[in-house]
Amino acid sequence: MSGEVRVYGGWRDDLGLKVIPTRRLARDVYEVFIGPQHPGSGHMRIIIRVDGDVIVEADPDIGYVHRTMEKLGEIRGWIKPIPLFERMAIHDACNITLPYVRAVEKLMGVEAPLRAKYLRVLLCEINRIAAHLYGFAIFGVFLGHSTMYMWAMGDREVFIQLAEELTGARLTHSYPIPGGVRRDIPQGFPDMARRAVKYMRKRLEEYRKIFLDNPVIRSRLEDVGVIPKRLAAELGIVGPNARGSGIQYDVRIIEPYEVYDELDFEVPVYTEGDALARTYVRVEEIRQSLRIIEQVVEWLEKKPREPIVDESIYKKYPPLHKKILESQGRAKLLPWMATMKVPAGRAIGRGETGRGEIIYYVESDGGMNPYRVRIVTPSARNAIAFKYALPGHRVMDLPAIYGSLDYFPPEADR
Amino acid sequence: MEEGKVYVGNLDVAAKRARDILLGKLKLEKVVDWANAFSLWPVHLTTSCCSTEFAATFGPRFDGEQFGALPWVGPRQTNLIVIEGTVTRKMACAVRVTWEQMPHPKYAIAMGACALDGGLFYNSYNVVRPWEVIPIDIYIPGCPPRPESVARAIVELQRKIRGRRVASSWIREGWRPDRDYVAPKEDYCAWQKTSPLLERV
Amino acid sequence: MSGAELVEGPRDYEATLKAARARAESALREAGISFSVEEGKGFVDLVVDVDSIVKAAEALKNAGFTHVVSVTAVDYPKKKSIKVAYHVTSYLDPEIVGGIVGLAVYLPREAPEMPSLSGVWVSAEFMEREVYEFFGVTFKGHPDLRPLLLIPELAEKRPLRKDFVVREESIYEGVPERVRRG
Ligand code: SF4
Repeated sequence: MSGEVRVYGGWRDDLGLKVIPTRRLARDVYEVFIGPQHPGSGHMRIIIRVDGDVIVEADPDIGYVHRTMEKLGEIRGWIKPIPLFERMAIHDACNITLPYVRAVEKLMGVEAPLRAKYLRVLLCEINRIAAHLYGFAIFGVFLGHSTMYMWAMGDREVFIQLAEELTGARLTHSYPIPGGVRRDIPQGFPDMARRAVKYMRKRLEEYRKIFLDNPVIRSRLEDVGVIPKRLAAELGIVGPNARGSGIQYDVRIIEPYEVYDELDFEVPVYTEGDALARTYVRVEEIRQSLRIIEQVVEWLEKKPREPIVDESIYKKYPPLHKKILESQGRAKLLPWMATMKVPAGRAIGRGETGRGEIIYYVESDGGMNPYRVRIVTPSARNAIAFKYALPGHRVMDLPAIYGSLDYFPPEADR
Repeated sequence: MEEGKVYVGNLDVAAKRARDILLGKLKLEKVVDWANAFSLWPVHLTTSCCSTEFAATFGPRFDGEQFGALPWVGPRQTNLIVIEGTVTRKMACAVRVTWEQMPHPKYAIAMGACALDGGLFYNSYNVVRPWEVIPIDIYIPGCPPRPESVARAIVELQRKIRGRRVASSWIREGWRPDRDYVAPKEDYCAWQKTSPLLERV
Repeated sequence: MSGAELVEGPRDYEATLKAARARAESALREAGISFSVEEGKGFVDLVVDVDSIVKAAEALKNAGFTHVVSVTAVDYPKKKSIKVAYHVTSYLDPEIVGGIVGLAVYLPREAPEMPSLSGVWVSAEFMEREVYEFFGVTFKGHPDLRPLLLIPELAEKRPLRKDFVVREESIYEGVPERVRRG
């Protein structure tokens, strides 16, 4: 990355940005429709225009999984959207619903107790690891590297199992609720978590040997799909993709929510901006998440149990519910929550999911339903990266770039 | 040859028994069904978020491959389509086209509450029921169904194929009655003709 | 592969937001654009006129707001207007990194139209297409204005407007009679 000017599609380092017009089609350029049925996983179509086998233009055609989350969020009260929004990225469920819950909490003026905050962070980090491993697995499918698929899928089950012990569901936990969480840790959970952390640490070393330092993988990923820092900032891409391009940004640091400001962890940033850097960021993030899990579990074990819902909600619990909460650590949802009203106002809730920053803009008019929920998911913001990262590469690099962006269509299309 | 004994290593006897089974006791139809049931190749079409559990089914923990099914890339080489969750209006056409490209006999499994009747998105304006789009053989309830139930569905489908002679009768008669109950293709694919996506000069 | 750099320690979001707000307000004032402020929790909206929005956007861009995180449109049938807010923030400026400031306009509900800002912020391109299909807001000068997520026939109904009502029953109306029986 020396002084010469590099050209990426419509982008030139020296001139700054230029929007690529999409409808022009030169004469000996062919148009290839890739997807929505294609060898990797991914329910999207990329329309590329190729000259020979060099991509000159890419047009991500998304929306194949648009399930109208924003509209349905407007008619289902305040609680029921939680399982609904979870379906955007079910393998990252806690991360994806927590910002919504926090936005509602901001409007309601309640706050989760400290123990609930730790529990939220615990599940968030378990989810983050599982999401990254899922990303690796799919990346393996894209690259035709079935060992990567098998290993990552297998190791992901460890963390799915952890989440299942904690919440009772493999993927769709619906764990955070306004003012708290739904369950405390079960007996024997800390040891289980520690074993999982130890196991994963060992595996990460093996991952490094098999994938990241594997010459075949490296030559497919290095200097492929480069997104330079300024372009990344202009495009507003998020998460590991941005951090792979040298953007120092992580919501856990920028707006420390829950207890992230009390925990000791680091956010890795790489400057290369190519597919390999993005992969490295994910691996390092798994390592950091393991660190967080250890600390949180330690805290949860040491501190005495306390109600895991906000005082104002706990007060309204009938005696039976209180008993269940104290004896089993399960917080029941109360019937009034289904029809509760939230004071008028507007709030933005955001959080760092496995794929990057998610933003919920929640507006209330004081009624039983949200007036408007605007969701901007990380994949939705990363979609534009296809348009700028693909041109200039050969068609055979497309799977590597697609996989490295870790794009999850149900999340992008909402 | 004595009843109840198997002679291992005697090629003559083995060949004779095989011939007896194929041409005598067992009809060729049964062989077709048997072979079909154990070579189910689901096509790689992921429609929605159930795909995470579908991927886990073929991962190491649940090992769906042991039931004789393994996801494969192109529709031309596959005979099973698993609808992995919600089918949106935009996706419906892709589902239909993929299904049409598969050689028959072909089967369909609808996975997840969304594929049954909309699930969580029962009143969404952008969701269609998969049974309108293609004929479905097996439904799996759950949101998302656990990998075990996906494996179970594959076993169920094998039973259905062998028990009801689906494959052989389809080959013999050239059609399946329930194919008639799906909506015409234009219902789902007409928008592509008017789509501005295709209006490029 | 170079070693990993690290993001520096936890930050105070309130301070960031205050700095971002001050920066945005002074930038607009310098450009001579009048605006009103609408408060929100975790962000702030600066409402300007449609005529001055491009100038305002350029001013914000020059003040260091690099990208759009969300183009948020809200329909207010009672006020007969649609609010379009560009929530912007910065990645590169360490002082305001992550602070969300909204640049908002109110458009008439019939035939809403405004100049596209995707020339200023590239990241707005797809989001403007979304607002176009869901609310029917036309962005003049957008390089490629067509539906992004929906099929054209649905996009014509402008589903996120408040007069598009989703009923609490299952939707069977699109299904042909023959299929419904079968
Ligand atoms: S059934 Fe559940 S998991 Fe499956 S696609 Fe529908 S919402 Fe997603």
